[in-house]
Amino acid sequence: MSRQAIQRLGFAVLTIVAVLVVAPIFLVVAVVVFRGLQGISWEFLTAMPRDGMKAGGIFPAIVGTLLLTSGTALVAVPMGLGGAIYLSEYAHDNWLTRAVRLALVNLAGIPSIVYGLFGLGLFVLFLRLGTSVVAGSLTLAMMTIPVIISTAEEALRAVPTEFRTVNLSLGGSRWQGIRRIVLPQALPGITTGIILGLLRAAGETAPILFTVAAFYMPQLPRSPLDQTMALPYHLYVISTQVPNMPGTIQYGTALVLLALVLSMNILASVIRTYFRRRRQW
Amino acid sequence: MSLDALDRATMIDVQHVDFFYGTRQALADVSAEITEHRITALIGPSGCGKSTFLRCLNRMNDTIPGARLQGQVLLDGQSIYTPHTDVVSLRRRVGMVFQRPNPFPQSVFDNVAFGPRVVGTDRNIDLSQVVEASLKAVDLWDEVKDNLRQDALRLSLGQQQRLCIARVLAVKPQVILMDEPCSALDPISTLKIEELMRMLEREYTIVIVTHNMQQAARVSDYTGFFWLDAQRSGVLVEFDDTAAIFTRPQDARTEDYITGRFG
Repeated sequence: MSRQAIQRLGFAVLTIVAVLVVAPIFLVVAVVVFRGLQGISWEFLTAMPRDGMKAGGIFPAIVGTLLLTSGTALVAVPMGLGGAIYLSEYAHDNWLTRAVRLALVNLAGIPSIVYGLFGLGLFVLFLRLGTSVVAGSLTLAMMTIPVIISTAEEALRAVPTEFRTVNLSLGGSRWQGIRRIVLPQALPGITTGIILGLLRAAGETAPILFTVAAFYMPQLPRSPLDQTMALPYHLYVISTQVPNMPGTIQYGTALVLLALVLSMNILASVIRTYFRRRRQW
Repeated sequence: MSLDALDRATMIDVQHVDFFYGTRQALADVSAEITEHRITALIGPSGCGKSTFLRCLNRMNDTIPGARLQGQVLLDGQSIYTPHTDVVSLRRRVGMVFQRPNPFPQSVFDNVAFGPRVVGTDRNIDLSQVVEASLKAVDLWDEVKDNLRQDALRLSLGQQQRLCIARVLAVKPQVILMDEPCSALDPISTLKIEELMRMLEREYTIVIVTHNMQQAARVSDYTGFFWLDAQRSGVLVEFDDTAAIFTRPQDARTEDYITGRFG
C-alpha cells in the first residue's frame, strides 16, 4: 500500500472511532428527548405525584433538586473559593500544603456512594441532623468542594504574577491585589468550575440516597430538617422500584433532569468562551 | 545644567549593602547616595545586579523566598529595613515602573485610580481630579480624555507605559524607580518617556536602570556603573556625575564598558 493509502485508511479508522464514541451520547439524548417530550406537560412540571407516583407531576422532585443544589452552593462555594485563594495566593510550599493537594486529588476520585455513607455517618447520625435537606446539602458539598478548589485554584494561578507585583509596588496589600485584580480576572474560570461542580451534585443519586431523599413524599419540605424528593433519586425509584410505571413519566423525569444539567453545562461553556475571547493577557 | 550636589539633600542613602538570593550573593558592599530631585541612572551588563539593587530600594525583593539583605538603606534618613518598617507605606513613597508596560486589564481611569483607591486613607479625595492631574503630568491626558472608560490594553505600548507612570504618580510618591522603562518601546515613545523624566525630576527623585548608555548619558544627572566581581556578585564600580562618568571615568572597567570594548 502507498503511504497516501495508509494515511487515508488511518483517517478513516479515526473518524469511525470518533463517531462510535459520540454516537451513543446523541442517541441517549435523542431517545430521552423524543420519549420524554410526550410526558412533559404543565401539570407534570407543577403538580404533586399521585397514585403511588403513577400519575400527576414531579414538582416536589424538581424543587428538591433545586433546594439541594442551592444548599450545596451555599456551603461549597465559600469554602471552595476560600481554600483555592489560600492555596494559590498565601500557602507556602511545605508538607502541609502538599498533603492538602494530595487529599484534594484523591477526594475527587472517591466514588459518590462513599460520600453518601460518610454523610450518613457524620451528618445524619453523629450530628443528629436526620435525613434532611441540610444533611443532604452538606454531603453533596463535601463532594463538590474538591472540584471547586482545584478549578478555582487553576483559574487564580492563570492570572499573571505581574499584576500581583504591580499591586504591591503601588502600596496595595496582598489581599487588595487579590480582591481588586486577581479575583475579577479569574472569575470566569472560577464560575465555570463552580457550575460544573454543582452540576455534578445536582445529578448524583448515591450521596443523597441515605442522607435526604424521600421515596414518595407528595409535598414540599417544610423546613431544612425535612426530607425531600429529588430528581435523580426519583428517576431511580420510578425506573426500578415501582412496577407498571408509565414510560412517559420515566422519560419525562429523565428529560427534566437532563435539561437542567445540560442547560447549566451550556451556561458554563458560554461563560468560558465569552470571557476567553475578551481576555487580552 | 549645573550639578552642585552640595545644595541638594540625599533622598536615599545606601550603605554597604550585601544582598543574597539564598546562598548566592547578588550584591557585594554597594554604597550610593541618591540625590533628591535628580535622575540617577544605573548602567552595566545584564545580570550584574542593577535591578536587584533597584528593588532593594522599595523592598520588592521581599516577595522572593530566601532573599536577604545586609547593610543599611536610609530613605530621608530613616532605615527602611527595620522590623517595624511598614512595607506598604514604604512602597507608596517609593513607586516603581517596570520593564514591560503592565497596565491592569481595566479602564484607563481605573488604572490611574488604583493606587488612591487601595491607599484609601482620605475618603474625600476627588478621584477624577487625581486621575486628570496624573494623566496630564505624563502628557497622556489629551490622548485619552475623551474616553477614560476605554480598556487600557487598547492603548499603544508607549501610551501604556506613560499610563503606568501616571498610575505611580497618582500615589504621590517621593521616589520613582524605573526598571528599563523603555526597553519594550519604539524610539519615538522612548524619547517621549525621556522628556517626561526631565519634567518629573522637578517634583520627584528618579532612579532608572537602563541598558542603553546613550539614554543614561542623555537623561541622567548621576550614573552608577555596576559590574560583576570575581565571585560573580554585583558591585558598584563607579558612581559619579553623569558627565564625569562618560568623559573621564576613574575606573578602567567603566571606561572599557562605556567605550564599548566589552559588555
